[in-house]
Amino acid sequence: MKICMFHLMPYRDLPADFDRRYQSAYLDPVWFDVADPDKVGRYYNWTLDEMAYAARAGMHGLCTNQHHQNVYGFMANPSLLGAALAKMTDGRNVAIVQIGSTLPSTSPPTRIAEEYAMIDCLSGGRLVAGFPTGLPTDATLSNGIVPVEQRERYREALDLVLKAWSAREVFAWNGRHYQLPMVNLWPRPIQQPHPPIWIPGSGSATTVEFAVDRDDCFCHLSYFGAKNAETLGDYYWDTVAKRGRDANPYRLGFLQLIGVAESDAAAEEYAPHVEYFFHKLLYTPQYYQAIPGYQDLPSLKRALAAPLRERLDLRALKYKDFVERGFLIAGSPATVRDQLLAGVKRLRIGHLLALLHFGSMPHELCLKNIDLFCREVLPALAPLWDDEWHDRWWPQRLQGGEA
Amino acid sequence: MEERTLRLWQGGIETRVEEGGEGPPLVFLHGPWGLSGDRDFLGLLAANHRVHAPWHPGTSPGNPEAIHRLDDWLDLVAYYGELFDRLGVEAPALVGHSFGGMLACEIAAAMPQRVGRLVLIDPLGLWRADRPVRNWMILPETERARALFADPQDAAAARFFALPADPAERVAAQAGFTWAQACTGKFVWPIPDKGLKKRIHRIATPTLILWGEADAIIAPAYARDFADRIAGAQVAMIASAGHLPQVEQSQETARRVRDFLAGGG
Repeated sequence: MKICMFHLMPYRDLPADFDRRYQSAYLDPVWFDVADPDKVGRYYNWTLDEMAYAARAGMHGLCTNQHHQNVYGFMANPSLLGAALAKMTDGRNVAIVQIGSTLPSTSPPTRIAEEYAMIDCLSGGRLVAGFPTGLPTDATLSNGIVPVEQRERYREALDLVLKAWSAREVFAWNGRHYQLPMVNLWPRPIQQPHPPIWIPGSGSATTVEFAVDRDDCFCHLSYFGAKNAETLGDYYWDTVAKRGRDANPYRLGFLQLIGVAESDAAAEEYAPHVEYFFHKLLYTPQYYQAIPGYQDLPSLKRALAAPLRERLDLRALKYKDFVERGFLIAGSPATVRDQLLAGVKRLRIGHLLALLHFGSMPHELCLKNIDLFCREVLPALAPLWDDEWHDRWWPQRLQGGEA
Repeated sequence: MEERTLRLWQGGIETRVEEGGEGPPLVFLHGPWGLSGDRDFLGLLAANHRVHAPWHPGTSPGNPEAIHRLDDWLDLVAYYGELFDRLGVEAPALVGHSFGGMLACEIAAAMPQRVGRLVLIDPLGLWRADRPVRNWMILPETERARALFADPQDAAAARFFALPADPAERVAAQAGFTWAQACTGKFVWPIPDKGLKKRIHRIATPTLILWGEADAIIAPAYARDFADRIAGAQVAMIASAGHLPQVEQSQETARRVRDFLAGGG
């Protein structure tokens, strides 16, 4: 299997009373009341350094993502960081996984096609092109996209990007949402007709079906752990079977919070950081997330009839709850290894996105987490699936190479 | 009231229309939450009008995809021209609430000859930076009754948000309530100021503007902004009402509408 370092680039030092002052990590906290730009400069640098460190330690890929107007993660343009990482990992056998820029929020979306093509050229063909629809909060409130149009814009934009990457002739795009008189992109990606495409989703059945139909890799970006993803995982593989796709585990990615320490007891050093993550950073109320129109009517009815998860008061849970419930896999290398192996086998995950930095975790602890994970855990996971399956969703030039 | 379904717009839109009463024709255009909460009010109007109350495209049962057949205000106004033709109404009285009030203004401005008299109840459509319209699509569940009603404890508020006990009907009602906001919201997101101020002077029909005096979504001060732009428009405030006077004070609101349409208001 392939294992990638995922980073949200959060604000690491929120005021202690943040969760009393704000009902949301998104939109409400005013920059000048909460943030320090010098600190933020350090966070961006630490983030890049942590990712580059992970690449040197043996991670197979590095994941960036796009969010806006929040304390939870603000790589507002992930291409900026992806470009820096491409340069910082020059010559290494590591994928630059942009997972990624949100198409509906960028107009025209050929801008993302250009940025991704630049990263693919800059990295020597190491790009994985992720295309999230984007959180409704980001798309509709921060970027003003009409909620009921978010998904159709996304689909049109993706078609446009794919055509722009590989078309041999200058073409006109006369779309419903985008009209461009002359498209002839410079540069084009090294990987033709396109880099591997990953489609992240947080559990919408529509996105699962879309990814399976397109034969792209679907990445379930959940913060609630492999243990709580079995319903979605079963739905995913059921959809794969029903639509006549093969059972290649590499068509599924999954995100997991992980904290490795010398022993199970020592892993409690992650306690304040995971509590900070769930209490402060992940706290976004329903009214910002469930904006009317972000789900089509069938998905909305499905979600109301059978919610994917029980609605939890995250602020009432502590470290031991997060570990017991499997939101965080934490402990000695052996504990983490065993739990991860069980989880990835149960869900048939080919791409594990390891969130090794979360919450207020300081730089040094993040490096330690990466170091222990890559030395003690990753080697036990990496050989999984390779005897039977080929990763069709990985850059061609990185296939089989050694770091 | 009875209902029928019309197929419009090159067959791409199915529209359920609720109808009742006898008398001169009246078309009612609902607000962001669909038509369910307005039925008592429509029953009162039906006492002396033939009331036609269409559901907004996309909100009629079995045809959510219809919302993707219309993209902008030109589409929407042309669609209503077609709907009026199919209803067989030449120049009906047009009554619109909230989103429906904005829609009524756009229809009356684009096709002045198709509207007999115009009634606007707490309409959207204008924007003041000093009193921004509250975004009704992101109301916290704990605040929505207080945001929409002058008296959130009143039975009218409870009825408006009530859900059926049967689980399947409950899901359908909840989904319908949300989806109606999605389909109407398509034309006003993210700011309900889509150029009406440039066109509103074209309204050439006698107009009544009603406003809930405790409207916490669109401040009652907006009543004046509409009246200043529509020649001869009358304004009346509805006491003890928020954004939904036709729900919260249905008798008083219906009386005002009927008096105005009879020429006495």
